[in-house]
Amino acid sequence: MNRVYDLKREVEKPERLTGGHRLCAGCGAGVIVAGVLRALDKEDKAVVVNATSCLEVSTFMYPYTAYMDSYIHSAFENSAATCSGVEAAYKALKRRGKLEETVKFITFAGDGGTYDIGFQSLSGAMERGHDMVYVCYDNEAYMNTGIQRSSSTPRFTRTTTTPLGSAQKGKQQHKKDLTEILVAHNIPYAAQTAPLGNFKDLHIKSHKAIYTEGPCFLNILSPCPRGWDYPMDKLAEIIKLAVDTCVWPLYEVEEGVWRLSYTPKKKLPVADYLRTQGRFRNMFQKGNEWMIEEAQQYVDQKWERLLEHTGA
Amino acid sequence: MSSCLSGNEAVAYAIKQINPDVMGTFPITPSTEIPEYFADYVANGEVTTEYVTVESEHSSMSVCIAAQAAGARSVSATSACGLALMYELLYVAASCRLPITLACVNRALSGPININNDYSDSMGARDSGWIQIYAENNQEAYDNFLMAMPIGESPGVRLPVMTCMDGFITSHAIENIELLETDIVRKFVGDYNPEHYLLKKENPLAVGPYDVSAYYMEHKVQEAEAMKAAKARILEVAAEFERISGRHYGLFEKYKMDDAELALVLIGSSAGTAKAAIDKLREQGVKAGLVKIRIFRPFPGEELARALAGCKAAAVMDKSEGFSANGGPLFAETRSALYDLKERPYLINIVYGLGGRDFKTGDVEKVFDRLAEIVLTGKTGPVYTHMGQRSKEVEA
Repeated sequence: MNRVYDLKREVEKPERLTGGHRLCAGCGAGVIVAGVLRALDKEDKAVVVNATSCLEVSTFMYPYTAYMDSYIHSAFENSAATCSGVEAAYKALKRRGKLEETVKFITFAGDGGTYDIGFQSLSGAMERGHDMVYVCYDNEAYMNTGIQRSSSTPRFTRTTTTPLGSAQKGKQQHKKDLTEILVAHNIPYAAQTAPLGNFKDLHIKSHKAIYTEGPCFLNILSPCPRGWDYPMDKLAEIIKLAVDTCVWPLYEVEEGVWRLSYTPKKKLPVADYLRTQGRFRNMFQKGNEWMIEEAQQYVDQKWERLLEHTGA
Repeated sequence: MSSCLSGNEAVAYAIKQINPDVMGTFPITPSTEIPEYFADYVANGEVTTEYVTVESEHSSMSVCIAAQAAGARSVSATSACGLALMYELLYVAASCRLPITLACVNRALSGPININNDYSDSMGARDSGWIQIYAENNQEAYDNFLMAMPIGESPGVRLPVMTCMDGFITSHAIENIELLETDIVRKFVGDYNPEHYLLKKENPLAVGPYDVSAYYMEHKVQEAEAMKAAKARILEVAAEFERISGRHYGLFEKYKMDDAELALVLIGSSAGTAKAAIDKLREQGVKAGLVKIRIFRPFPGEELARALAGCKAAAVMDKSEGFSANGGPLFAETRSALYDLKERPYLINIVYGLGGRDFKTGDVEKVFDRLAEIVLTGKTGPVYTHMGQRSKEVEA
């Protein structure tokens, strides 16, 4: 990024994800995809890849596509391999003089398609070093099939496969730390971001990921009004709270160097974030105070570890 | 030019001569040698293919689908469980109408795990929308691979093609074969110039939509029509191939069928064994014949019915168990094909050779003995049986 970020200038670019798609009002995925694609330089073409997901079924329902760029969806668990294939074709056609222009390759998949079923495909593609960006829009459950738990779902969350019963209440396990696992792949660039405020963090990281040679990974928090159970006008507020409570820290790891992108002026209690969403309602029942305490402890530990990594 | 190659090396050599844009690979016995030979070509700069060594067969097929959609000619090779792992994507490749070529080196599917030949792998994928071409020997494995792209990439077809050969029997045995000169191969196969592809400069393309009930059926019917159209194209390509090679291919091969009263229908390398047995039986005056199925998808039903119409009895030999409790997959197709004949031969089904179980000329003779008995008595007896396995008596 040579120029200073200017939201007005960025949004004046032609949209690469057009309106009229079928994503829910108040969903994070649409603003994330539009935000990431906005970071492409105007003159560059892209091929967008989707895993099967809410995003896929909402943005490419035959015969309408919401993408201005070329696009491919193949299956749920193979979006990274699919992106590898397009990139391999690009290299082959370039080598043979059949193609001249610059094309960028960007995959979008949900947390189910990334943390779980698409994990092997992702790990393989990152290891092989394709020049591509893999974006996980992390809404912390299988939303397309109706809110089932994934390995990204936080502890105590109510989903349709981790219901509130008399013997068990909500998910029993913590969220998998996928960003750290991707960092361990020694890829040139991995970052956590969110569509926060004026989208500066998301924009800068997206641009960096797209224009860093080699495999890059972005994990982007993507609230879901249906699965998280919040009023649709609360999207921006929830993202702000996720970041200010350090539930979703913004950071990047560039060539092995960790950097914190955002430090809250005042680190807010995790309960402030949890309270905004119906999926955590049980944690606020009388007698369940320990759940909130444990959630706070977990976030604090992770935050401390991140501070150690980043030297902040 | 004459050469002495294993089936795997012959196919790897065919891929080298074609020099495709992308190859997605993952090792699995007995197809592993194909990517191994090809890796040498890559390492020595003899090809300019983008060689993608992925972490699973699921990903190798995913890479092929994406690369082909992006405008690149793509190939892969696999066997058994590898094909099973690709299963979901075989349908995606066919429905996206991407003419990928896959060398399938047939091996028994687990379980129990077994590395030897039968057709449980590719027969499991028979309804996935892929054209399936089976080879009897190394020469056919080479020739079929060269014909795959002109068939699959043809605008009236646009379907992926699986060229199959028998694991170990064909893939690893070394035979004398005739190779074509590379410039002749390249001219025959031609360049891959799809009408629409992801990396096309002029206009973007979207592939793999969510297809609702209002459209899905139309797309499936188009796919079915393409498979029907493939039959004529396969024969066209075979005729073109005969002009450059002198080798003749059809939908199936008829061996001594003109006056045959008793016939076998089977696939692959067992045909060699059957031919040897038939030669011997002919010397003894038995009017025995063979139909060796080369194209299983699209299934040459009408043609097969005509070929068998003059027989008194036929045995369909299935080298895969379909667990339908009503016979193997080749039997189901063959019996269905014969239904429209006014006068049908007696028909039995014998499942044989599973997991690499030997199939010898003596076994073929036994089958013909049984057919002769059926004609003599007019009684078919049990229609669906297995042969070559230990009987309970022998074990005891």
